[in-house]
Amino acid sequence: MADEKTTSDLWVAGTEEPDWIVAGTDEGAQVMDRDETEGRLTEQRGTRVVDDFVIDDSVADDERMIVNMGPQHPSTHGVLRLSLELEGETVRRVKPIIGYLHTGMEKMAESLTFLQGGTNVTRMDYLAPLHNELCFSLAVEKLVNIELPPRAHAIRVLMTELNRVSSHLVATATNGMDIGALSIMMYGFRERELILQFFEKTTGLRMNHNYIRPGGVAADLPEGWEDDVAEIVARIRSAMDDYEDLLKENSIWKGRTQGVGIITKAECLAYGITGPTLRATGSDWDLRKSQPYSGIEQYDFDVISGTNCDVYDRYRVRIGEMLESLRIVEQVANSMPGGDYMTDDRKVAPPPRRRINESMEALIHHFKIYTEGFRVPEGEVYVAVESPRGELGCYIVSDGGSTPLRMHTRAPSFANLQALPVMMADSLIADAVASIASLDPVMGDVDR
Amino acid sequence: MGDDVAEVESAEEARHAGLESDLPEDTVLRAVVEPVESAEVIGTESDVVVRVDKADLAAIAVSARDAGFEMCVDVTAVDYKGKRRTRFEVVVNFMSHQHNQRIRVLASVPEDDTTVPSLVPTYPGTNFFEREVYDMFGISFEGHPDLTRILMPDDWVGYPLRKDFSVGAVPVQFKEANQV
Repeated sequence: MADEKTTSDLWVAGTEEPDWIVAGTDEGAQVMDRDETEGRLTEQRGTRVVDDFVIDDSVADDERMIVNMGPQHPSTHGVLRLSLELEGETVRRVKPIIGYLHTGMEKMAESLTFLQGGTNVTRMDYLAPLHNELCFSLAVEKLVNIELPPRAHAIRVLMTELNRVSSHLVATATNGMDIGALSIMMYGFRERELILQFFEKTTGLRMNHNYIRPGGVAADLPEGWEDDVAEIVARIRSAMDDYEDLLKENSIWKGRTQGVGIITKAECLAYGITGPTLRATGSDWDLRKSQPYSGIEQYDFDVISGTNCDVYDRYRVRIGEMLESLRIVEQVANSMPGGDYMTDDRKVAPPPRRRINESMEALIHHFKIYTEGFRVPEGEVYVAVESPRGELGCYIVSDGGSTPLRMHTRAPSFANLQALPVMMADSLIADAVASIASLDPVMGDVDR
Repeated sequence: MGDDVAEVESAEEARHAGLESDLPEDTVLRAVVEPVESAEVIGTESDVVVRVDKADLAAIAVSARDAGFEMCVDVTAVDYKGKRRTRFEVVVNFMSHQHNQRIRVLASVPEDDTTVPSLVPTYPGTNFFEREVYDMFGISFEGHPDLTRILMPDDWVGYPLRKDFSVGAVPVQFKEANQV
């Protein structure tokens, strides 16, 4: 009877695996790559794995299995699917599988004018929409080569730094929730609401603002904005004390996050990982300091770095960055220049509302700008800003028309996902959610 | 206006001084370009742009890494159908933290030979970006460990970001939409 095992549908543990075991199941392929050489495995496990968990060599082969985590798993922050190769409780290899939220925004951008492009890019990273708009606008402005009034720059810095706070609040909140610290989740969303209310008051919407546009911003700050901003800063500062009480010295939190999800600086550079993840490894790389934009260099702030490369340090970096962003917001609010919030270059900016009532030419001009858009000189340009997740870049190619020939977004979450195999390989499966949350991926940004 | 420009310039000087980059910019650029025969610097006003033959992409990645460009930030492509003689262009962005500098490398790729060398052996982080370019433009990267579709479904036909992949080619499943 034992001779018939090649044709049998049963497989006995400890015997050689027949082909059908690895070929596939209705849950997908049971191998992760076409090419599973030793070099490929080393690469997938990271250039150098430094981790907290030592694997027991005695794990039997029949405990190895491939499990899909997601795309509907609650702590994958969207429709991220991870193919995990497990040996008992140990994650051996990870392969992120993405594309479930792909909506073809880069293709769509080719049929939208430069003025409409903002509505498109703002939907990519939906937790930091203003950074997307800023990056796109800066790229268009670099192509058109226009100067902005100082108030436009200051409003942009104010709004994007507030957006950074709200994005980091969500990151910290969901990071806590994934690990089981539910209070921080309530607190984080409570304070984020303050910022979203201010955004709604200023831009009309809580997200997908289309507020920062080529040429400046869409509208001036609302009346009484100084008081709103002062209140936001004061309330978030005091709430930050609560967060510190909740988490900073919390032994459960520290136990779940310290020494978990380690990625070194060399690995970050090799895999193109930026943002808080890179800074938690001791790097002080922040585009706001090294390649400043929108006059952010005139404000006084520090770059927060960690040392231990783990989930806890990434959380500390985010907390520190929120406080620094609030410092910037305060400085901008105290030194807000007067004047126009939109460039007076009539090639790019529509005429002011009051002129439309007086002048037929202004009405025609207004109509033309909103239907045909404005023409952008031929050329290609790459502009990057520091989004809450890392380097957000926008590459635009113009052929001289009113729509881009190509608009590419260098999405930080997309690149950062490549850190997951490095972080999670050879660690415990219970730490997987902590690692994912600490990367703070936004699937809209990953898939675009 | 003049004051603004002066301010920006002094800020840039301060930045360079603060980052202790002792090599002048052109030395860094020369170190990247020199080992690669086909490399040609085509723009330095705002962005440093280098054009190479597509066969030299891997070579310039090695020389960029050796010259201190620790990170390959981005790999993408452009379809110049009807605009240029060679249809595609692969665009690679390198960044150096130690010199605080970026280099953009362009390589033209003709329509009848869309295979370029992969950068993954030099910069593992280009893995996803090259898969995206393959997925969207059908440009293959020779030496890539896992060149499969990344955003589109595996059984998708065509390359969506090519200019001849028309919007609306895939029928929409709303019946009323066609009954105008």
